[in-house]
Amino acid sequence: MAVNVYFEDIRIGDQVPAWSRKTDFMNWNRYAAVNDEFIYIHMDDEAGRAAANPQGAFGMGNLRFAYILNALRDWLGDETEIRELYCEFRAINQKNDVLTVTGTVADKRVEEGENRVYLDVDVVNQNGVKTTPGQAIVVLPSRG
Amino acid sequence: MAEQADTLVTPDMIRNKGVWGREVVSYPVSVSDIRKWAIAVYWPHTPPRLFWDEQYARTTRWGGIIAPQDFNPFAWPVKSPTLPEFAMPREGGKGRRGMNGGQTDTYFVPMRPGDVIRARTRLRDWNERPTRLGLTLFIYTETEWWNQDNQLVKRHIQNFIRY
Repeated sequence: MAVNVYFEDIRIGDQVPAWSRKTDFMNWNRYAAVNDEFIYIHMDDEAGRAAANPQGAFGMGNLRFAYILNALRDWLGDETEIRELYCEFRAINQKNDVLTVTGTVADKRVEEGENRVYLDVDVVNQNGVKTTPGQAIVVLPSRG
Repeated sequence: MAEQADTLVTPDMIRNKGVWGREVVSYPVSVSDIRKWAIAVYWPHTPPRLFWDEQYARTTRWGGIIAPQDFNPFAWPVKSPTLPEFAMPREGGKGRRGMNGGQTDTYFVPMRPGDVIRARTRLRDWNERPTRLGLTLFIYTETEWWNQDNQLVKRHIQNFIRY
C-alpha cells in the first residue's frame, strides 16, 4: 500500500514503529561497497582499536542516518516525503549491536502548503544507549 | 604537557568562509546503482519496491523508480576529489583529531535514473568553545545538490568537530 498514514491520523506523541537491525560486517561492508566508504576503522579491528575504540572496528554514521530514513519511510509509505533529517552522532555503533530506530511525533502543522509532521528521532542500541538523537520533518498526504 | 592553543581556526578557514568551492558533477544515476544502494541500507531485509520495481513505482505519485534520499551519486569517482584544508586531518599539533558531529539534510526533488547531479560546497560557519576534549572547534559546511534541470535536490549541512 502506497499510503500508510494520513496527516489527519497523526497525533502528538504517536510512536514510529520500532525498526531494528543487528549490525556487523555484513551490513557495513555492503554499505562501504555502495558508498565507496572503505575506511580502515570500519573494516579492521586493529584500526578501530588504534582509533581509541577498544572493541575494534565500528559502524558508519551514514548508515545509521539511512536507518532513520528507512524507519520513517516504512512507517509512512511511498506517497510521503521526508523533508528534513537532522541528527548527531553521540555514540559508536559496535559490532553485533542491535540498533533500533525510535521516533515520537512532537508537532504537526500546515506550513508553506505542506502537511508537516515534526518528530524526535534516535537510534538506540541494545543497552538503551541513545546513539543518534535528532529531529525529522515529514510531509503527509491529506484524506481531503 | 599538551599544547594549549588559543584558537583552532586557521587562516584558510577565514579566507574561505562563505565561498562556494568548485562544482563537481556525478556520473548519470543508474537503476542498478539505486537498487544496490537500497539493498545495502535495508540489508538483510528486502528494500521497498519503489527503489527497484519500475512497474510498481509507476503506480505511485513518483511515476517511476526514485532513489532513497540518502543515495550518493558521487560514490566511486575515478579520481577522488581533493578535500578542503579545513576538512583534512593534520599531522600533528592543535586540532589534529576530529570526528563527525552530525548533519542536517533537507530534501527537495527526488533523484531518478538518468539524473546527473551537480554539487558545490562552502564553509558556512564555525564556533569554538572549551569542552571535555579541550578547546574544540565545530565546523559547519553546506553542500547543495542540483539536477540537470536546475532543480534543487538536497541541502546538506555537515558538522565536523576538531579538537
